[in-house]
Amino acid sequence: MSHLPSFSPAYPEIFMAISALVLLMLGVFRAKDSTNLTTWLTVGVMAVTAGLAITGTHDSLTFSNLFVVNGFTVFAKVLTLLGAGLTLLLINSWAHEQKVARFELPILVLFATLGMMLMISANDLIALYLGLELQSLSLYVLAAYHRDNQRATEAGVKYFVLGALASGLLLYGSSLVYGFAGTTTFGGLAAAIKSGPNTLGVIVGVVFVISGLAFKVSAVPFHMWTPDVYEGAPTPITAFFSIAPKIAGLCLFLRVLVGPFESMIEQWQQVMILISILSMAWGSIAAIAQKSIKRLMAYSSIGHVGYALIGLVVGNEEGARGLLVYLLIYLLMNVGTFAVILSMRVKGQYVEQISDLAGLAKSRPGMAMALAALMFSMAGIPPLAGFLGKYFIFVAAVNAGFVALAIVGLLASVIGAYYYLRLIKIMYFDEPAAAFDPPGLTAGIIMAASSVLMVVLFVVPAPLVNSAEAAAKALFLG
Amino acid sequence: MTALTNFITHLPILSAITFLPLVGALFILMIRGEAEVVARQSRLVALWTTGFTFLLSLLIWIQFEPGTAKFQFEEHFDWLPQYRISYHMGVDGISMLFVILSTFLTPLCILASWEAIQKQVREYIIAFLILETMMVGIFCAMDMVLFYVFFEGVLIPMFLIIGVWGGGRRVYSAFKFFLYTLTGSVLLLVALLAMYFQVGTTDIPALTAFKFARDIQMWLWLGMFASFAVKVPMWPVHTWLPDAHVDAPTAGSVILAGVLLKMGGYGFLRFSLPMLPEASNYFAPLVFTLSVIAVIYTSLVALVQSDMKKMIAYSSVAHMGFVTIGIFAATQQAVEGAIFQMLSHGVVSGALFLCVGIIYDRLHTREIDRYGGLVNNMPKYAFAFMVFMLASVGLPGTAGFVGEFLILTGTFQVNTWVALLAATGVILGAAYMLYLYRRVVYGELTKADVKAMLDLEPREIAILAPILIVVMWMGIYPMSFLDIMDESVAHLLKNYHDALATRAAEIAPLGSKLLAWLR
Repeated sequence: MSHLPSFSPAYPEIFMAISALVLLMLGVFRAKDSTNLTTWLTVGVMAVTAGLAITGTHDSLTFSNLFVVNGFTVFAKVLTLLGAGLTLLLINSWAHEQKVARFELPILVLFATLGMMLMISANDLIALYLGLELQSLSLYVLAAYHRDNQRATEAGVKYFVLGALASGLLLYGSSLVYGFAGTTTFGGLAAAIKSGPNTLGVIVGVVFVISGLAFKVSAVPFHMWTPDVYEGAPTPITAFFSIAPKIAGLCLFLRVLVGPFESMIEQWQQVMILISILSMAWGSIAAIAQKSIKRLMAYSSIGHVGYALIGLVVGNEEGARGLLVYLLIYLLMNVGTFAVILSMRVKGQYVEQISDLAGLAKSRPGMAMALAALMFSMAGIPPLAGFLGKYFIFVAAVNAGFVALAIVGLLASVIGAYYYLRLIKIMYFDEPAAAFDPPGLTAGIIMAASSVLMVVLFVVPAPLVNSAEAAAKALFLG
Repeated sequence: MTALTNFITHLPILSAITFLPLVGALFILMIRGEAEVVARQSRLVALWTTGFTFLLSLLIWIQFEPGTAKFQFEEHFDWLPQYRISYHMGVDGISMLFVILSTFLTPLCILASWEAIQKQVREYIIAFLILETMMVGIFCAMDMVLFYVFFEGVLIPMFLIIGVWGGGRRVYSAFKFFLYTLTGSVLLLVALLAMYFQVGTTDIPALTAFKFARDIQMWLWLGMFASFAVKVPMWPVHTWLPDAHVDAPTAGSVILAGVLLKMGGYGFLRFSLPMLPEASNYFAPLVFTLSVIAVIYTSLVALVQSDMKKMIAYSSVAHMGFVTIGIFAATQQAVEGAIFQMLSHGVVSGALFLCVGIIYDRLHTREIDRYGGLVNNMPKYAFAFMVFMLASVGLPGTAGFVGEFLILTGTFQVNTWVALLAATGVILGAAYMLYLYRRVVYGELTKADVKAMLDLEPREIAILAPILIVVMWMGIYPMSFLDIMDESVAHLLKNYHDALATRAAEIAPLGSKLLAWLR
């Protein structure tokens, strides 16, 4: 029995995978529509998984070093599960209203989330690829879920073709790196790259790997798919796209950079600085001209990824801490904003133009106040949590000597503030357009809670920052 | 009595003053009923809250010990203890009077908006109460992060006040105000982060005690300057101010001119001068140049304005030019004069905007040419306007004189030319203010609609009378204000000149060596 690997570190993932299969069977063999049942069971599964991850081991390697668990991965997984769970609630109420509810929907989300969990824990280029593909394939299907809708199908195909290209880049890069180092495990790669000279081959390989990952987190210049897919996909699915995969992708990105490629920091830092600056700048500038709020959110998420990437550029404990704090706050802001977007209905019809928000302050003051708080937070204005997110990112940058990067980032945030303010201007300064229907219960609770949390997290930041700090420490221990 | 004072001294009084308006805002949020009832109740609750806040703030004036430069009424709570960032409040002789200025002007602003604001009254009142919290917080904050939070937090309510309740090009002005200030602020944030990196804390006393290296001081100074210069505002980054003033509602203009502009001057005094003495000394000629340009150029611009609010806005830029000259002249008189000028400008320009608001409410225009001969049918108004106009000109016996006189005396010792050029601003100031007064108040009363205007009503007298008393009091017995700041300013300047002297002593031997080598 001694040659059997230890399963205990992977209990959360194993539990998730088995549950997903059981739920699938349940849906197939149950005669009635079981979307509601599977959704709530899926949320339950995610909660239990998060519980298992938190209570389980926090420091171990298993499956021949293919799978790693430490404080950082646990934190990242809990964030991912939280994002996925909250968006799933939004997806469920939307699907019922649109009468497109099918029990596969939550199960696809569950499989995608499982892929993210595996990505976060991957300790080998092949394990990484498997997790990434499990996630991506589920996401392609989700994008085209509204299969009678032309735009959704288009979004799905676009996402699939470009996503496959990115996976190809990643695989090609991995094979170059493997050709140089003769191994795919992170530990082996780190040792091989440290001891040997950095030949051109491995540098090209690393650049390809970075490109593939940058595509998955939609960083400029690999962002082109984002606005189209965000606009085409059903709104709550867009919410899911903009949260959970981004969190998992960025955490994995950081682990890859500071793990196997740690000793090539000088090479990849230049690339990352460029990607980060481009994302911040383009995310801010291109958002200004948008008319559709979903496209606006696409560019907004590109911009936010740019700020989060500063944490990666810095590549130390402070950077990781900043990244984790930023991601949690980003998660809450986005989930709240999408709850508002999903409540943009006039007489039962969904509307998506920014101009539809006109005069919201008069017709639905509560909703306007929630969205205004979220927008000021996204712009990074204190006393809201978005400021804390930016603060810890920029503290890390300045402490590591990247003052110019910090200045560029902060100036980009001023440009970004313009389009967040534009939303507030339309809600508060303009004359009312058609009034929205009252928001649903789930969306109402989520938008209220997330906007209140923006203030609460700012006033009491210590628990969040401390746990992020502990998680960041764990990443750099082993 | 001792029990009472004991209770008061142990009360976190600064936090109470800072957050009391927020409590009022929460109450207003809970009012239910018809729109008319909500509006009336909101105004009343706000008036009570801000009035009580003002009375509470008088307590710190009474309890304040003027004979020391120490921070008083300190409060300290952990916020992020392992990063040494805390919720630290306290006031010294420099900041205490600004707290009073903020709490003094806010209830008057609520009164001034009583009838002028008729739409979304509840939201308007809440925005003002949040604004008061932020303003008081700025002057009480003893942690730089806390300061920054309040400093930027001000933007949110002010943006909404200009954008929702303003007139004219309100959207353009609101955006210009927000983005100008935010651009400056983020550079302050970079400086803040860099200082945090050096010192390991953002506690203001600790930062003041730390000696930054000379070359780092330069960059930090520029970062701060970007922020405070926009806020003051200094020429050439003043262009947001006339727009914001013209399009803001009356009460918004009062707060903007009365308190928000002072945040820049206060920032120079709290951060630039004490923390970065060498850089401040190095860049003083730059500040002098920009300020002198501001004083002369904006006075000339004010002379040709046809819009009353715009004119007073430009005069604000000129008056704040005096303030920046005084601060960087760094002599006891000049700095005290600068602080005094900020306080007096706070009440006087606030009062002038209120005066414009009063006739705007009647005729709904700010064009100077549309008025004329008001002295005939509005004698009370003409009197009040005259006092404030003369205070703005700097007539001895009014608040405006003391500040300008002290600044010019103090600056003369440092730089004669700057004092001389700045003094021309006083003359130009008299020219445009008297010209304005003549066109609005004197002349023939010919226009029919102007004839129909009624004199001040009791509510308006209640707004202007307290300011009038303060303006005269500041002019006749300025010692009650100067006494408070004496010790703090002396302490600040002693440290400033000591730091410069140490530096000179370090350089002097090098210089003599160099000379010896050259020989």
